[in-house]
Amino acid sequence: MKRRDVILAMASLLIIWQSAAMLLNRAILPTPLAVLDTFIKAFPQELGGHFLTSLYRVVASIVVAVTLATPLGLILGQSERLNRIATPFLYLLYPIPKVVLVPIILLFLGVGDIAKIFIISTILFFQVLVLVRDSAARLRPELLLSVRSLGAGRRALFRFIYLPASLPAILTAIRQSIGTAVAVLYVAELFATQKGLGYYIYLNGSTLFDYPAMYAGVMAMSLLGLGLYFGVDALQHRICAWMEI
Amino acid sequence: MIDVHDVTFAYPNQELLFKNFHWQVTKGETWALLGPSGCGKSTLLTLLAGLIPPNKGEIWIDGKYLTRPRPRTGLILQDYGLLPWATVEENIALGLKIRRLYGPDGQHAPLNTHPDHQASHSTYWLKRLGLEALAKKYPRQLSGGQRQRTAIARTLILEPDLLLMDEPFASLDAPTRESLQELTLTLCAEKKLTILMVTHAIEEAAFMGQKILLMDAYPVQKAHIIDNPHLADTAYRRSPAYQSTCTLLRANMERTRDNEPKF
Repeated sequence: MKRRDVILAMASLLIIWQSAAMLLNRAILPTPLAVLDTFIKAFPQELGGHFLTSLYRVVASIVVAVTLATPLGLILGQSERLNRIATPFLYLLYPIPKVVLVPIILLFLGVGDIAKIFIISTILFFQVLVLVRDSAARLRPELLLSVRSLGAGRRALFRFIYLPASLPAILTAIRQSIGTAVAVLYVAELFATQKGLGYYIYLNGSTLFDYPAMYAGVMAMSLLGLGLYFGVDALQHRICAWMEI
Repeated sequence: MIDVHDVTFAYPNQELLFKNFHWQVTKGETWALLGPSGCGKSTLLTLLAGLIPPNKGEIWIDGKYLTRPRPRTGLILQDYGLLPWATVEENIALGLKIRRLYGPDGQHAPLNTHPDHQASHSTYWLKRLGLEALAKKYPRQLSGGQRQRTAIARTLILEPDLLLMDEPFASLDAPTRESLQELTLTLCAEKKLTILMVTHAIEEAAFMGQKILLMDAYPVQKAHIIDNPHLADTAYRRSPAYQSTCTLLRANMERTRDNEPKF
C-alpha cells in the first residue's frame, strides 16, 4: 500500500461525502469539514482517550490470538494425524459468528477489558490457526529433508523452519482480520463500558444525537484500522524483507 | 565405511525396491549410483542418510548401526533445500546454528565439535565457493549454480566425512554442471570425503564415479558394480577411456530398459 494511493483514496471519499452531504442537506449527514472540525477539537479531549482504549483492546487481542494460535497451527501443520483429528473441530467452530456469543462472554468474563479482548482474539485465533497450519503443511519435503540432514531434530525444525516459514502467514492472517476485529470491537464496546470508540459512536449517535461527534468517532475508527494495516505492512517489511525482492 | 546388509525396502503399499540387498563402500571412494528414474537410487540415498529406516536388514556406517541421521553425513539434493527467507551467509551458517542449539551431543552434532570454532569457516567457505559477493543475497536472487554452491558450502562447513548427493546438478546448464562436478571432486579430494552421487546421466556417472553402482533390476538385489578408475580432470572428458565407459554404461542401461517390467 503506497501512501500516495491512500491519500488519493481518502480525497475521493471526502469529495463523495461532501457532495452527498450537500445534496442531502440534513443533520444526520454533516459535511466532512464540520466533522473534521469536531474531530480536531474532540481528539485532544475525550475522543483521544476512547481511541487509545480501543487501540489497546485490538492490539492486545491480536497479540493474544497470535501467541496462542501460532504454536497450535505449527503443531497441526507438521503432523498429519493430529491435523486429521483437529480439523473437524476446527471447521465446526470456525464458522460460528463469534459476535453472537458476546452476551454470554460478558456474563462469564465480566464487563472489563478481558471479555472484549477475549471476543476479538477468538475471531483472530481461528484465522491465524488455519493460515499458519496450512503454511506449515505446505513446506516442501525437500527443504525439511535437507535441513534434517544438517542435524536438525524437531526442536531445530520448529525454530529454523516452521516458525520463520509461518511469519508471512501470521501477518496475512492479521491483515485479513483487521476489518472483522474492528467491527467486533464496535459491538463489544456497545455493552457495559464507558470507554472505547464503540461506546463513543453509539453515545453520540443514538443518545446525544450529536452527529458531527458521531462521525468524528467513525473517522477515528477508520484511522485505527488504517493504522493497523500500516503497522502490519511495516512489520512485514521488516521481518519478511526476502518476499519483496 | 558403509555396509548395507541384507536390506529390503518398499514404500507402504508400493512395489519392492530392494530385496536382500548387500553393498559395501570403502572410505574415500567416489561412487556414482546410476539407474533409470524410479529404480530406487534416491531411496537408497535417503536410507543411507538415516532419514527412513529399511523394512528389513541393517545399514552400518563407520562401524555404527544407523538409526537416525548421522551428524557427519552431508546430504545435497537437486532442489538445493535452501531457506528462502535466509541470505546466502545465513544459509551457510544454518548447520552451525543447529549444532549450537543442541550442543555436541553426538546425535545432532559430533561429540568433539565446537560450533563457535567453526563459525570463522563461514568466511572461508563463502570465499572457497566464490560466493563472497552474494553473501547478503537471498536464494531467489541467485542462479541455479549459485544456489547449489551455497548448498555445498552449507554442507561442507559441517566437516562431513560422507557426502550423499541426489542428482545435485541435474537442473543446471552444461558448463555450470561440469564446473561444479570438477569443484566437487576437488573439494572432496581435499577433505578426503567419501562421495555417493545419484544420477540418471551416463556422462555424469562416468565422470564422477571411480566406481559405479548400476541399479538395473526390479527390485535391486545384487550390487552391479563397474570399476572406473580415472583422474577426473577436464582432459578426461575428452579421453577414449571416458568414451568407452559411457558406451559400456549405455549398453547396460539399454539392457535394463528392455528388461523393465511392462505395465
